[in-house]
Amino acid sequence: MKAELMDFDKALELFEPVLGFEVHVELNTKTKMFCGCANEFGSGANTNTCPTCLGLPGGLPQVNKKAIESSIRLGLALGCDIAEHSRFARKNYFYPDTAKNFQTSQYDDPICHDGSITIELESGRQVTVEIERAHMEDDAGKLTHMGGSTGRIQGADYSLVDYNRGGVPLVEIVTQMIEGAEHDAPEIGKTYVAAIREIAKALGVSNARMEEGNVRCDANVSLRPRGSNVLGTRTETKNVNSLRSVERAVRYEIQRQAAVLAGGGTITQETRHWHEDTGITSAGRPKSDADDYRYFPEPDLLPMAPSREWVEELRLTLPEPPAARRKRLQAAWGFVNLEFQDVVNSDLLDAVEATVAAGASAQAARKWWTGEIARLANVAGVAADSLVTPVQLAALIELVEAGTLTDRLARQVLEGVIAGEGTPAEVVESRGLAVVSDDGALIVAIDAALLGQPDVLAKIRDGKVQAAGAVIGAVMKAMRGQADAARVRELVLERAQAIE
Amino acid sequence: MSEITAEQVAHLAYLARIDLSPLEITNLTHDLGQIVDSIAKVSEVATADTPATSHPMPLTNVFREDVVVPSLTVEQALSGAPDRAGDKFRVPAILDEE
Repeated sequence: MKAELMDFDKALELFEPVLGFEVHVELNTKTKMFCGCANEFGSGANTNTCPTCLGLPGGLPQVNKKAIESSIRLGLALGCDIAEHSRFARKNYFYPDTAKNFQTSQYDDPICHDGSITIELESGRQVTVEIERAHMEDDAGKLTHMGGSTGRIQGADYSLVDYNRGGVPLVEIVTQMIEGAEHDAPEIGKTYVAAIREIAKALGVSNARMEEGNVRCDANVSLRPRGSNVLGTRTETKNVNSLRSVERAVRYEIQRQAAVLAGGGTITQETRHWHEDTGITSAGRPKSDADDYRYFPEPDLLPMAPSREWVEELRLTLPEPPAARRKRLQAAWGFVNLEFQDVVNSDLLDAVEATVAAGASAQAARKWWTGEIARLANVAGVAADSLVTPVQLAALIELVEAGTLTDRLARQVLEGVIAGEGTPAEVVESRGLAVVSDDGALIVAIDAALLGQPDVLAKIRDGKVQAAGAVIGAVMKAMRGQADAARVRELVLERAQAIE
Repeated sequence: MSEITAEQVAHLAYLARIDLSPLEITNLTHDLGQIVDSIAKVSEVATADTPATSHPMPLTNVFREDVVVPSLTVEQALSGAPDRAGDKFRVPAILDEE
């Protein structure tokens, strides 16, 4: 059902948006949170399960130390305090993706609390997002709804469950209310989630791929009339799973709620679903009995009391904050904003950095990664940095800069490298792709071309050097592109005066 | 006497998906009332400086290393399932949430 929307600017004139985000980060531990089953994406259905994660009688949870460590490191990177005492709690509800009939989560004693991160918007505006808590919990299994006309839950005949993901460790990061977002509200949502993703990735605690569901966002939006200090009723839009969708979902809810409120209606406190394809949210279930989760301390798990020494040890392992790293690299490489954004948005910062470390110039590394390699990756539907290694690319760039390859030949060599034919030097050798740098061979071709086009020769001799283009083209063709065009041009001008 | 009502017990039973007869509700209302009263007694003794206890054992930080151990086979995992389709559990469609 299509809801009525108010123009975004008009909505902002009448109302002040208040935001909040819950971001789930799936940790990339080898095993699940409470059992030794593998934490793997893409295994055969129900191959990574055991009595504990299936909630069978007698199954007993055991806490994964690495998951605790990752959670603490993530909390520290978000500026959080690490609780001296923390414990797990059962969140009780019945839903088929949760075989235990409860989610093991944290309630009143989360492991990390009271942090903040500062994000920078495209306008340069800095926004500090306060983080209320970051707590641990286990993930649910994956449901596939079958039958019905749409493949969605509405109209489904039955559902299939794969419990491989059930029990995978998650950290849920909950912000405080974000006020004062104003027109930037959608961009703040997108930038905040991007920052969390970037931090998790830099820490190495998560694969942080939104498309694989490693980072998932629930967006809370409410509006209050200008001049009022009473908070409006909020909606919670679930599973907004791409950066662009976060931005769109926040904008949509602002426009939708504004239209409802301006029309004299009221906002229902409810869960809403984001529909990526149509760009709208739709009502899910209202807050009701189902939200009476009857949390209680998990009796099968002992409390945690991370020692201060351990916390400080973990603090020492934190990498440079991603935002600071970006500033440093941009300055070191001398990229203008557009060039740098291109690298960041293509997720190629690591690749360019490693290529520069392998000896290439920053500009050449950028040009190759965001140009030809990104193009080939796009065609193949894979990540650019899966095609070639930074070391291979640096070697290729070196061959270009040494004059052994033209850009055109280098692209052919790149294809060879991607096809697994060896290092760039080996591909040059095996495919015979090096630039013809033997002037003797070039001169033979040039003389033939000049004599074949006597009118052009006459023009060049008259000083009309731009006429040389036709001859250069013929020579490059004769050399199958394996010549340096600049050198050919020099020689054409020389030979035009020299030959009889 | 405590403030536990039959309505609260019926509600809790619904949340926990436990089917109770009217007699059971009456009895449980009484039993739960006694438990709540007993806890209230304990609370009188426990002063503000007594930390809440969620576990009787004086142990913390019991962790396991992040090492994979073999899982059940798919057949074992599905052996107790009321219904299956291929290698997945088959469950009725749940209509109120995605």
